[in-house]
Formats: sequence, C-alpha cells, structure tokens
Amino acid sequence: MLLTTYIIIIITGCSLFFIGRNKIVSISKAEDKRPHSLYIYYGFFPAILGIAPSLVLLSLWIGFDDVIFNQMLKNRFPNNLIIDGNQTVLILIAKIQNIASGIIVGKPEQWVISLAEKLIVWRGYSNIMIAISSILLSVTLGYFSLTKIKIEFRARIAVEKLMMIGLVVCSLIAIITTIGIVFSVIFESLRFFRLIPPLEFLTGLTWNPEFEGAARAGSDQAGLSSYGSIPLFVGTFLISIIALSVSVPVGLLSAIYLSEYASKKVRGIFKPMLEVLAGVPTVVYGFFAALTIAPFFRQTGSLIGLDVASESALAAGFVMGIMIIPFVSSLSDDVISAVPQSLRDAALGLGSTKSESIKKVVLPAALPGIVASIILAVSRAVGETMIVVMAAGLAANLSINPLDAVTTVTAQIVTILVGDQEFESAKTLSAFALALTLIVITLILNFFALQIVKKYKEQYE
Amino acid sequence: MAQTRTEKIVIDSLKARGKKERNFRLFGVSAIALAVIFLAILLVSIVSKGAPGFFQYYAIFEVELTRERLDPRGDMSDQSLFEGQAKKIINEAVLEFTGAKNRSEKKAARSLLSNGSDVRLVEFVKNNTDKLDTMQKIKFALDDDADSYFRGFIKKETPEKQRRLSDIEISYLDKMKKEGLISYEVSDYLFFGSASRNAEMAGIKGAFIGSMFTLAICFIISFPIGVATAVYLEEFAPKNKFTELIEININNLAAVPSVVFGILGLAIFINLFGMPRSIPLVGGMVLALMTLPTIIISSRAAIRAVPPSIRDGALGIGASPMQATFHHVVPLAIPGMLTGTIIGMAQALGETAPLLMIGMVAFIVDIPGSVTDPGTVLPVQIFMWADFAERMFIQKTSAAIIILLLFLMIMNGGAVWLRRKLERRW
Repeated sequence: MLLTTYIIIIITGCSLFFIGRNKIVSISKAEDKRPHSLYIYYGFFPAILGIAPSLVLLSLWIGFDDVIFNQMLKNRFPNNLIIDGNQTVLILIAKIQNIASGIIVGKPEQWVISLAEKLIVWRGYSNIMIAISSILLSVTLGYFSLTKIKIEFRARIAVEKLMMIGLVVCSLIAIITTIGIVFSVIFESLRFFRLIPPLEFLTGLTWNPEFEGAARAGSDQAGLSSYGSIPLFVGTFLISIIALSVSVPVGLLSAIYLSEYASKKVRGIFKPMLEVLAGVPTVVYGFFAALTIAPFFRQTGSLIGLDVASESALAAGFVMGIMIIPFVSSLSDDVISAVPQSLRDAALGLGSTKSESIKKVVLPAALPGIVASIILAVSRAVGETMIVVMAAGLAANLSINPLDAVTTVTAQIVTILVGDQEFESAKTLSAFALALTLIVITLILNFFALQIVKKYKEQYE
Repeated sequence: MAQTRTEKIVIDSLKARGKKERNFRLFGVSAIALAVIFLAILLVSIVSKGAPGFFQYYAIFEVELTRERLDPRGDMSDQSLFEGQAKKIINEAVLEFTGAKNRSEKKAARSLLSNGSDVRLVEFVKNNTDKLDTMQKIKFALDDDADSYFRGFIKKETPEKQRRLSDIEISYLDKMKKEGLISYEVSDYLFFGSASRNAEMAGIKGAFIGSMFTLAICFIISFPIGVATAVYLEEFAPKNKFTELIEININNLAAVPSVVFGILGLAIFINLFGMPRSIPLVGGMVLALMTLPTIIISSRAAIRAVPPSIRDGALGIGASPMQATFHHVVPLAIPGMLTGTIIGMAQALGETAPLLMIGMVAFIVDIPGSVTDPGTVLPVQIFMWADFAERMFIQKTSAAIIILLLFLMIMNGGAVWLRRKLERRW
C-alpha cells in the first residue's frame, strides 16, 4: 500500500517534469519568444513541488502513526485496569500490536482482542487516508505549479530557491540530531533523578542495579539495589590511564620519528600501517583482548605469583591502548610537521644535535597540539565500548588495581540496555543518566582540545 | 699540542650527546616497531585461529532415499518433507555402520552427526528428485564435539569423565576415519548457514545480508544529506551565528561516543516513533547519523580543494551560483566526497555498540528479506559468537572476523584507489 503510494508519487513527479517542459516549449513556440530560463527548469519546478512535500508528509506519517495509535489505545484501556510493574502500559500496547500483526501468545483478554481489532481497522483507514492525501497533495501542488508556467516566469530562480531550502534543511539534520540526543538523554535522566537523588548517583560507592526485579517481586532483599556511579567512573578512569600509558609513549615517539627522522619512503610505509590499527573494528579488538591478551596476562601473572583476574582492567586497557595509538600519532604528527622549519634550522645552527633540537625546540613548540591529541585520545578511551564489554567484565568493583576486574560507564550502559527492557524502571533509566555524564565528559574534553588547537594555530600564522 | 679546557669539555660532552642522539633515535624506531608488532600479533592471532574456521569435518554416509519414507504425502511439499523420516533414515545408516547395539551405544552413535543433518538430506532430495529410491552418498557435517576430536582439541588420552566425548563415541569416530568416511572440506555452513546454537551449523549469511541492508540504508540517508550540508556550508552559508551553530554541532557529533547514538535510536526511533526492534532500517538510520560528520567533514575538504578559478570562470560566463556549484564545483569534488563516504561506510560496517542498543543482538535464524525484517549484522554476530563456549565457535568467530576485515580492506583500499586515480591535483 505505502510502497505503491511512493511509486505513484514518483511517477506523478516524473510526468509533471515532462508536462511542464512541453508546456513551456509549446508556449515559447506559440509566442515566438524565449522564456526566462532554460526549458529544463520549467520541468524541474513542478516535479520538485509535486514530489518533495508529499514524500515528507508520507514519511512523517509513517514515523508518527504509531505514536498517535498508542495514545488512542491508551485512552481506550478499561478503567478498572491495574497498571503495575508486571503489566505496564508499554507491555500492554506491545501485546495489542502483536495480536494485530497476527502473533498471539497464550489467551489474551477479550478487551485486548477487541482493541487489537480496532487497531487493525485504524491502520487500514490511516493507510488509505495517507495514500489519498499525499497523492492529492502531489497532484494539487503539481497542477498549481503548472499554472504558473508562463514565458516570463523565472523558473530557474524558483527552482534554485527550492534547492536552497533543501540544502538548509539537510544541514539542519546535524542540529536536530544533537537536540535529539540531548533531549532523549536529559529527559530520561530527569526521570531517573526523580527516583534516585543526583547526589547519591554522583557520590555513591556501590553500583548494583540488579535487585530491581527482586524488590518488585517482594523479596527480602528489596531496596538493596544501589546506584552509586563512583565505581564505574573509577573503572573508566583506570582503564583509560592504562590505555594512555600504552598509546601516548608509543604514539608520540612514532610520530616524532616519522616526522623528523624517517625518509619519505619509510614514512609512506609505516604511517598507513599505524592507521590500519584505527580501522580495525572494536569488536575485533574486544575478541582479541578476551581470547588472546587476557589469558596471556593471566598466565604471565601466575608465573610470577600474581593473581590476575580473567577479565582484568589491564588486558582491556592494554588493547584499548593499541587501538588508540594512531589517534595520538597521526594528530601529533600533523602538529610536529606544522612547526616551522626555521625553528629547527636555528637550533641546528647553534650546534645542537637533532634530538636536542627536537626535545628543546620542536616539542615545546608543538606541545599544545600534542596535549590536544592526548585529550582527544582520552575522550576516545572514555567512550570506547566493545573492548570493555568483552574484556573488562561487568563486576562493579571499586578498585584501582589494574589486575582486578572493573567495569566502565559504557559497559554498564550496554548491559542495561541490551535486550528487552521496561522503560519505567530505575535500572533502565540509570543508563540514560550514565550516558548523560558520558556525553558531558566527552564534550568537555573535545571542547578543550579544540580550544588548544585553535590557540596554537594562531601562533605561526 | 695540549687541549684547552673548553675543548676538553666539548669533546667529552660530544660523546655523551652522540649517545643520547642514538638512544633517542632508537626509542623512535622501537616505538614504531612495537606498534607494528602489535598489529602483526593481532592479525596473526586472528588469522591463525580463523583459518581452520573456514573448514570443517564431514562424514559421508550412503543412505537409501525411499520415496514413501521421505515424502509421505507424495507431493514434495515442505510440509510433507518435514513430516518424512529423514532423521530416521540417517540414524539407521549410522547405526548400521557403527553396529551399535544397546541403548547407550545407539545414543552415542546418533550424537556424532550434526543436528542439521536431516535438513541437509531434505535439501538434497528437493534438488535431486530423480535420485529418489536410490542409494546415495551424502556428506553430513559432524557434530562440533566430533569435529573438535579430529582437530585434536579433544584428546583420547584425557580421562573419559573430563572430555565431552565418551570412549564409545571416539571408537566410532576412529572407525569412520579408518573406513575413509571422514573428509575435511571448506565449510559450506559458514557461508550459507544462518545463526545457530550448534557451532557446526552456524554461518554468517544472515548477518552478512543484514549488514548489507543496514549499510544501504545508511548510505541512502547519509550521503545526500552529508553532501548537501557540506555544499551549503562551503558554498552558500553566510558567516553568522546560525551557521556557526551548525558547525559546532557537527564537530560535537563527531566526538560523541558511538554508544550514545544507540541510545538516541532506542529513545527516539523505537520508543517514541514505535518502530520495531532489530530491523536494519533503524540500524541504518542510527549509523547514518553517526557517519554524517565524517562525510560532511571530508566533503567540505573536497569542495575546498576545488580551485576558486573554476567557480569564478563559471560565474564569469553567466552561470548562477547554484549552477556554478552543481555543474562545476560538485562534479570535481565528487571523488573526494566518495572517498570520505567510503571511509565512513567502512566505520559503519565495523560498528557494534549502537546496534546492540536497538536490539540487533536478537537471535534470528531467518535471513532478512527486506530492511524491515529483523536481522543482525556481522560485527554483532561476531560479538554474539564470541560469547559461546564451544571450541568451534572460536574458529567460526575468527573466520567471520577475517571476512569482515577483508571487506573493510576492500572498502578502504577502494577509497585509497579512488583518491589516487580520480582526485585531481591542481
């Protein structure tokens, strides 16, 4: 149904193009005058007007129809219905939708079935309505634009205006996405903070959302779930530190060597090689960490008498460090290369060795940029997910021992939100609060890095 | 002639300074060597684990394809074949070969072949109707434990209680090997199988097709929007607060961790718009938002690289700004834009975390037929397999990783090739 509507609109648009073009051709022949614009623009004008608005309408409808239906269903729930933990509104709606799509599990109540039948009817109506109205919109706009076609009509100007609108709308998507992220996260976080005080979330020392279900089931352990995020942040911090202590020395030294010492040929070979490290998917690193590096550390640890957890922060951090090497090295490389040659020449001219000129002149000059690259690496490490999910484990230990198992903010977000979840529970909402803190941290880091780079740029220009 | 004091100090210090210089150089070389060694270890460990994953052990058995037993209704319909006794026929062949007598022996004999053997037999019958009522030699996959025995992961020497195969099972397997029934071949399940809890039957076809659908949606959304945004910002946007806001937003989006995009997808697309979970359409939309900054930034760079003389020339002979942009600047910038887009797509292909949030981890056996069918993608499949304990899954996971890396290499190589061949230097 909807697919046919799409096709009909496209066909309408195409025919509008030819009708418009033919019209101006015949008009200009009849009046023996040249129109304001090229013929083709008189075809594009009705075609764009015929297609674009109705496609937008159609797509919006498809996106929003379920929102409206869910509200309508909610209004028709029986008055005596008990909404509790096991039977939330969302679950009931999902049940009705499933029945409407023909998936029936168990024996649903009579009112559920009747609502499902209603939903089927609504869907049918809505599809017919949207099909008719979007085709109608397409035809009316097309007809209207065809009537405007005259010899003096400035079709090119009109088409260009429409194109400009399209360009502006496209560039608004970036803003809309940001707003979407911020709103969805803030909105749910506020709901979370209504259940759990922010102070407890930010300063609590135990993270244990697992008792949520037990509390509802009336178990003795009710109320034991706790949402203190300190262990998660300590874990994130610990793993990031380990990652940085691998990636910063290796990345920085390779950047220095590649930009200062290496011949063009060597540089051409090794720079792309380092960048391969950034192109490997994180899930592959996670697999590598869990299956190769973690057992290796464990065995080495037991050889020298250390007890290394099988999901240690060390393994995850180490592998993450490998992943981040190219982020440090390529940005540092750019910054070091941007240091003016005159500074190097001056240092060498005074009789310093190459390494002295690098250590005493080039690096201090490039320092702000190097710091920026390290900050960006930190933000990358904080936001990295798959490696920690697969290799660092989920135990929320408050520990700064790299041999222990720790967990991170991102790993918790993933574990909480994977699979089916109820949107009402504090456990689910806590993931949004974690995401909010994560966004704030990475944006602050990014902001500082960009500020530093900007300041540094002005020095030599 | 005696050295002056100054000369002595300088000559002495020169040695130390020369040593420092060499050391510093050595540090640089060893840093690069370390990074390259890390890369080599990563690749070698994946390839050495994954290469055997492309193969598996099969056993060839001769079975009698009796028409009445396989196709009781006689119409060759799926339902009829499903009701048939394919499993029983295979078991009879195995029991006859092994000569199992009592219950435990029979059970052991039946457990040697993969659970999917009857499906394989039915497929064979469907494709070879003319072979009905004859004896046919058919290749069946071995169960993953039996497979592990031939690979040497399960050893005869281990006490019976501590291994996953009993003595009887091992003796049957040895007998099969002796009679030449066992063959080690390229695993067709890996390429044409779908998600399965049985390691020997698991394959990547479903995840691969899911990945393609997701990438297609991602491309359809992000390429036009990204290019349009880049064109607007580079060519038409006035320098004011509003365009500055757009630029800040693009930079911020590039910095946001990928999990957060998954949360956006979950909260907006699934909860607010009520779209179904696990479908490539939603996955593609989420990845599109994620790859947008990459595409925008590289497209802007490509547009900026087109010399102003081209634009000025077009404007000078009377083109409108829009015509100058779309007829002259954009076509010249397209190779650069495509390069950036391919790199963005490669990132999207390898991305896992945001797709976990929107439910693409569901265990789905059916291969998706459209963008609105539930499915999964390659990296998520890898993530799921990595969790399974069976030895064979490790090999299959590594094999899937090799396939994923190959695709990424092709895409990135394509981007480099495009840049070399098509991008013009001015």
